[in-house]
Amino acid sequence: MHIVVCVKQVPNTTQVRIDPETHTLVRDGVESVMNPFDENALEMALQLKEKHPGTQVTALTMGPPQAEAVLKEAVGRGADQVMLLCDQAFAGSDTWATSYALSRAISQMAPPPDLVLFGKQAIDGDTAQVGPGVADWLNLPCITYAYGIEIDGGMATVQRSFEDGYETLEVALPCALTVVKEANVPRMASLRGKMAARKLTIEPTTAAAIGADPDKIGLAASPTRVMKIFSPPPKTGGVMWQGEEPAAMARKLVEALRERQLI
Amino acid sequence: MALNIDLDLCTGCGACVAVCPFCALTQRAADGKVVVNEACTACGACVDVCPVGALSLETAEPATDAAASGAYRGFWVFAEQRAGRLQEVVFELLGKGRELADQLGVPLGAVLLGHEVQECGAALFEHGADRVYVVDHPALATYTAEPYAEAMSALIHKHKPEMVLAGATSMGRGFFARVAIQVHAGLTADCTELAVEPTQRQLWQTRPAFGGNIMATILCPDHRPQMATVRPKVFPQPVPQAGRTGEWIEEVLELKAPVVRVIETVNAMANEVNVAGAEFIVTGGRGLGNAENFKLMAELAEALGGAAVGASRAAVDAGWISSFHQVGQTGKTVRPKIYIACGVSGQIQHVVGMNSSDTIIAINKDPEAPIFAMADIGIVGDLFEVVPELIKALRQ
Ligand SMILES: Cc1cc2nc3c(=O)[nH]c(=O)nc-3n(C[C@H](O)[C@H](O)[C@H](O)COP(=O)(O)OP(=O)(O)OC[C@H]3O[C@@H](n4cnc5c(N)ncnc54)[C@H](O)[C@@H]3O)c2cc1C
Ligand SMILES: Nc1ncnc2c1ncn2[C@@H]1O[C@H](COP(=O)(O)O)[C@@H](O)[C@H]1O
Repeated sequence: MHIVVCVKQVPNTTQVRIDPETHTLVRDGVESVMNPFDENALEMALQLKEKHPGTQVTALTMGPPQAEAVLKEAVGRGADQVMLLCDQAFAGSDTWATSYALSRAISQMAPPPDLVLFGKQAIDGDTAQVGPGVADWLNLPCITYAYGIEIDGGMATVQRSFEDGYETLEVALPCALTVVKEANVPRMASLRGKMAARKLTIEPTTAAAIGADPDKIGLAASPTRVMKIFSPPPKTGGVMWQGEEPAAMARKLVEALRERQLI
Repeated sequence: MALNIDLDLCTGCGACVAVCPFCALTQRAADGKVVVNEACTACGACVDVCPVGALSLETAEPATDAAASGAYRGFWVFAEQRAGRLQEVVFELLGKGRELADQLGVPLGAVLLGHEVQECGAALFEHGADRVYVVDHPALATYTAEPYAEAMSALIHKHKPEMVLAGATSMGRGFFARVAIQVHAGLTADCTELAVEPTQRQLWQTRPAFGGNIMATILCPDHRPQMATVRPKVFPQPVPQAGRTGEWIEEVLELKAPVVRVIETVNAMANEVNVAGAEFIVTGGRGLGNAENFKLMAELAEALGGAAVGASRAAVDAGWISSFHQVGQTGKTVRPKIYIACGVSGQIQHVVGMNSSDTIIAINKDPEAPIFAMADIGIVGDLFEVVPELIKALRQ
C-alpha cells in the first residue's frame, strides 16, 4: 500500500494573540509545530504500515522552506518519503488553491496512493476544508472525522464521529480520510528515525514540477480574501465575588438567577 | 491581489514582520530587508504599519465574469436534515438569511436534500424560506459527502444563487468543501458574524482563527456564489410564522450511486441531555480532579431541573467523560441561557465554544483564572465547597 499523509506546519496557537495596545501580533516565543491533528493522521498511517508489511508512507507539505521541519519530524516517526511543495507561486493560497496544489502533487506520485490522510483541521486556519477539497480534485471519496480504520482486500471499514454519535462506513480504496484526535496517541520520533531525518536533504518541489496550472494557484487563484484581523472584543459588566462563605455566595447566586428570571 | 515590496524603500526595520498574522514576512539575512513567502494572504496588516511606504497591495485584478455580470441572484440556506429531522442550525441560518436576503432584495431559498423528507418543508417556510428546492433521491437517503456535493453543485450551477450558507456541522463542513471546488467558489469556514454590503453585493464573513485568539473578516470579491459555513448557536432562531408557505420546487437529478456505504449509525447521546442545544449547561474542568467527581456536576444539573453536563478538553483527555460532552474549538459550540463553569480555567479554545451563552457563571479557586474575564458572575472559591451549597440552595 502507498499512504500519503498531508501535514502542515502551524504556529502553536495557544500563544498567538494581538497586543491590546499596539494592535500587533504577539510573536515572541511562538513556536512552529506539526499541526496536532496531522500527528494523528500520520500515526494512523504508521499503524497501518505495521499491520500491512510493504506499506510506504509519504509525508507531503506545502509551505515555506522552513516547513521542511515537519517533514523531518514525520521521517523521525517513521515516514518513508517526503515531498516539500515550495514555490513563490503558491504564495497566498487559500483552501481552494491549496487543495488544488496538493492534489497535483499527489497525482504525480508513483505508485498512486491507496489512501490519502489529513488532519481533521489545521489549528491556524481551522477550516477543515483542505482534506475534502483535495479529495474532490482527485475524484476520491472522502470520509471526515475518522477515528478508526481496518483495511482488507482493497476495502476500508472506517469509523467516524458525528456531533451526537458514530458511524461505521465501508469504502473501496483509494480513498481519503480526515482524522480526529480520538484516533490514536501519536508516537514520538525514534532514535533511528531522528538519525535518518538528520541525514535527509529535502529538495523543494516547484509548481512547474507538479504541472500546476498557474491560474489555479497562489493568491490570484484564491476566491477568499482576508480583509482584516482583530482581537475578539472583551466582555464587560461581570461581577466577581470572593472571600465570603461558600454557602453565602451560593445563596446569592441563586437569588441573582431568580431575579434575572433565569430559573 | 498581491503584496509588493519596494526593496529600495525598505529600511529593514522589521515592523511589518511583527504584525503579519501569517508569518509570511521574513527579513533577509544579508541586509534585513523584507521578503514575502507563500503564507501571505494580502490582508494588508503590514501595509498599514510600514513607516516608509515600502509595502503596497496590487489590486488591479479584473473581477471574474460571474461576479461582474450579476448573473447570480438569490440567497440560499442548506437545510440539513438527519433521519428526517431538520437540524436546529437550519432555523438559525434561515433567521439570519431572511435578514440578509431582505437587505439584498432577493428571495430566500432553502435546499433540502434527502429521500422522503417532504414533511420538512413546512417548517422551512414557517421559519422564513420563500422557496424550497428539494432533491428527493435514494442516493441521498443517508448522508455521504459525494452525492450531497454532487446534488448541491448541480443546483448551484442551475439556479446561480449569489450567497449560500450551511451549518458548520460535521455534515456541512464535510461536503461544502467539495462543492466549493466543483463550483469554483470561495468558502469561509465556521463563521460567527455575517453582514451584506448591498451595492457590491458582498458577504462580509467574520470568523475566529488561530484557535479563537484572532478574528478575521473575509470576502470573496470575484467569485459567485459566496459561500460560508456558520457555527451553530451563534444566531438566534426566528419565531416561526404558523401557516407561512412558499414555492416548493422539486428538482429531478441523476446522481451517481454513493461510493461510501453506511453500515451502522450509533446515537451516543440518546440517553443524555445533549450539550448542543441545551438551555442550561454545567461544565466540569480539570479542577474536578477525577471521573467520580463528575457526579457532582450531574447532581447540579439535576438541581437545575435537567441541565446538560459539559466538559473541558482537559477533562475529556483525562478520560473522565466522553468527548461528546466537550465544549470548545474542537468540541461543541453552545449558547445556553445559563453556563456554569466549574474548575475550568477558561483557555481561549474553551471560551470560543461558550462565549455567546446568555449568562456565564464561573466557579474557580484561582482569582486570576481567565474564565472570570468572561463571566457575568464569578465566584472565587473551592468548587467542592461551593457546588454542594449551590445544590442545596437550588433545592430550597
Ligand atoms: C488545537 C486545540 C484545540 C483545543 N480545543 C479545546 C476545546 O474544544 N475545548 C476545551 O475545553 N479546550 C480545548 N483545548 C485545550 C485548552 O487550551 C485548555 O487546555 C483546556 O480548556 C483546559 O481545561 P481546564 O480549564 O479544565 O483545565 P485547566 O486549564 O487545568 O484549569 C483547571 C482550573 O480549575 C481550577 N481548580 C482546580 N481545583 C479547583 C477547585 N477545587 N475548585 C475550583 N477551581 C479549581 C484551577 O484554578 C484552574 O483554573 C484545545 C487546545 C488545542 C491546542
Ligand atoms: N499547506 C498544507 N500542506 C500540507 N497539508 C495541508 C496544508 N494545509 C492543509 N493541509 C492538510 O489539510 C488538513 C485540513 O486543513 P485546513 O483545511 O486548513 O483546516 C490539515 O490537517 C492537513 O492535513
